[in-house]
This record gives sequence, structure tokens and C-alpha cells, in this order.
Amino acid sequence: MDDSAAVAQARAGDSEAFRLLVERHSRALFKLAYRMTGNEHDAEDVVQEAFLKAYRSLDRFEERSQVSSWLYRIASNCAFDVLRRRQRRDKPLDSLDVEHAPEPEAEAPGPDRVALGGDVRRGLEAALESMSARERAAFVLRHFEGRSVKEIELALGLDTTAVKQSVCRAVRKARQVLAPLAGTLS
Amino acid sequence: MSHLGEDELVLLHYHEDAGAEAESHLAACPECAERLRKLAETLSRASLPEPPERGDDYGAVVWARLRPRLGLAEPAAEPAKAEARVLPMRRPVWPRAASFAALAAALVLAFLLGRRFPVEAPPVAAEVRERVLLVAVGEHLERSRLVLVEIANAPAGEALDVSAQRAVADELVSSGRLYRQAAVRGGDPALAEVLEELERVFVEVAAGPESLQPADLEKLQQRIESRGLLFKVRVVGTQVRERETERLPRSVSQS
Repeated sequence: MDDSAAVAQARAGDSEAFRLLVERHSRALFKLAYRMTGNEHDAEDVVQEAFLKAYRSLDRFEERSQVSSWLYRIASNCAFDVLRRRQRRDKPLDSLDVEHAPEPEAEAPGPDRVALGGDVRRGLEAALESMSARERAAFVLRHFEGRSVKEIELALGLDTTAVKQSVCRAVRKARQVLAPLAGTLS
Repeated sequence: MSHLGEDELVLLHYHEDAGAEAESHLAACPECAERLRKLAETLSRASLPEPPERGDDYGAVVWARLRPRLGLAEPAAEPAKAEARVLPMRRPVWPRAASFAALAAALVLAFLLGRRFPVEAPPVAAEVRERVLLVAVGEHLERSRLVLVEIANAPAGEALDVSAQRAVADELVSSGRLYRQAAVRGGDPALAEVLEELERVFVEVAAGPESLQPADLEKLQQRIESRGLLFKVRVVGTQVRERETERLPRSVSQS
């Protein structure tokens, strides 16, 4: 049974058909969720939430869409929610309004310093931590997942300008880490 | 036109629309072309560790955890397929869990009584009893976690139907109290503290309305978040599982 047929049967009340979708797509969604959240437990929760939302919105699935893209969008959105909650939790006073939140300050010793210590990966992780939820989500989807701005808009529910700004800000933060290593900081 | 800004370079690097003017400038400007090349070189260094591997059975594991949350019956008791789909989160779907909770509660009572009125028993029986208790507490924590996740992940600004969670919360309050007493008597204050925090949240859910209004939902979500309750439940749950494994008979733990 292909994915589209499984969705059609699940809509008709066949839970086994939905099980097929879960078994088929869980690993891919876990990888996406892990890249976006950087945390195994959060990624597990994202996978659960994504399938829960998918099940509840089976009736809204558009038949001309690809099931994998639909699930991917839902999981991206769930991971974005996790990042926003994390940001709200870590900065409860000034970042409730994510749209207008000030740029987060990099914490000492700063991602660039960490990277200069020779550990690019740790530096990049620190840079990701210094990004806002929106920047991180947009950057991971654009840079690591190779998704277009249009796809990111749909996945995160943002407009074109917000996605482009987020990617550009995120790249600036990542460059602070990576450029010194190559001597290319402009 | 002046040289390209960094944002324009970023968009061009990702083959996104940076405007026709930016593209034509790039084609005619070796300096900006060089900056774009350096940007690409820098970004090529950005890599993340591979996500932890999940086995071929991962989908089945996800499904097993998801099934009760979708309001679906256990496979053995599954009704005819046409009737299988029920509205998620509209009615309590924890009959197996309820009977398990009752069994666990009985075990805890036996555990407490055993502490209060110690009787001579073979050491193996005590180990088995403790292991059963750990399994029960582990199950309690996992069910608690699922309810918390459900509430914490509910979309903000919308009312949430918690009729199903209320029934579960009610059970979790009763069983949680017994486990907390057992934890206190067993000299495990960290576990007792987490169970007490869970109890406070679940008392609120169980005693509240069937539909949480956005403001109440937000308060509850903030409470869960501000106390790091989900994190604490995970940590304690992991510790309980580790202790449970340590107490497995050697022949089982090595197999």
C-alpha cells in the first residue's frame, strides 16, 4: 500500500493504515527533529506530537500533496514549537513576543571563542544555541535540510521576509564561529 | 550600484531570490563574486553530528507509544476496522493502565506494610518486590510524562479539551501518593519531590473543568515549564529504569 492509499484508508477509520505511515516515516522524522532541536528527548517528543497532529488532521490532507512532505511540514512545525518553548523558558521576560524579540546575546565565552579553541562542531552548536528559535529553525531547514525559503514558509508558518531575515541572521552568527578558522571573516 | 550586502550574498549562496539587480551586480563584480566564494567556503564547514541511529523497529516503538494517545484499543481487543477510529482525546482510554495502577497500588501498600511490620522473608523475595515497585513507578512516570507533554504542547491561545487527561490525572494522583510515600520511606527524597510536584499539577487538572480556557492553559503550561517538570520526570524516569535494570537477575540482564 503506498502512502496516499494509506492516508485514504486511515481517513476511513483504518488505524492499521495509519500504523504503516508511522512505521514508514518515524526514522526520517526523528532525524529531522534531532537536527532541529539538537536533543534526543525533544526529538522523540516531536515525532510523537507530529504523528498525533497528523492523525488529527487527516481530513485536511490535500490529496495532491506528497505524504512525506506533509509529515515533514508537521514535524518541522512541532520542532519549531519546541524551540520556541525552550526560548520562552530560558528567557521568560523578554522573549515572549518572538516576532519582535531582540537578538539574543551570545553568552560568554561566545561561540567564536569556542571555535577558535579548535572545535568547530562545538562552536557551531554554541552558535545554534545563540540563535533565536526562528533563526535556528530556518537555518537548519535551509542549510542542513536543503529546503527552499518557500518550503520553510509553509513548514514554520512564517512569511517570506521573516524566513529570509532569519536565515541571514543565523548565517551571520554561524560565520562568527566558522570564518576565523578559515581566516575569511569579512 | 554599491557592492552587495551580506544578506544578499547569503540569499544568492542559497539560490534564493535576492533581486534582479543583485544578480546582475554579481555577474559584473569580481570582488562580490570573491566574497560569495568565501562565504560558500565558510559555510561548507558547518556540519552537525549525525542524529543517533534508530533501529528498524523504531517505527513500531513509536506506534506502540502513540496508540493509546490516539484512543485506539490494544491489538488483541481491537474491534472491527470500521469502528476502530475514535475521536482522539474525547474519552478515557486507559482501562489496561487503570488495572495496572490498581495492581501497582496494591504492591505499594504491601511494600509499605512490609516496611512497617517487617516479617522474615527470603532476600530474593524482597528484591523481586523492589523490582516490581520500580517497574510500577517507571510506568507511573511515563504515563505522567505523556499527560504533561499533551498539555505542554497544546497550541497557545486555544481552549483545550482535557476530559481524557482529567480521568488519567485522577488515577495518577491516587497512585502517585502511594509511590511518594514509598519513596519517602525508602529514603529517596528526589523521587518523592518530583512525585509531589506531579501530584500538585494533576490535582489541578483532575479538579478543573473539562475544557481548559486559553488563560488557564497558559498558566498550567508556564507552571510545567518554569519548574522544568518534564525534564525532571525524564531524569528521574531514567534513574528508575537504571535501578530496575540493576536489579534484574543476572541471567536476564546478560541475555
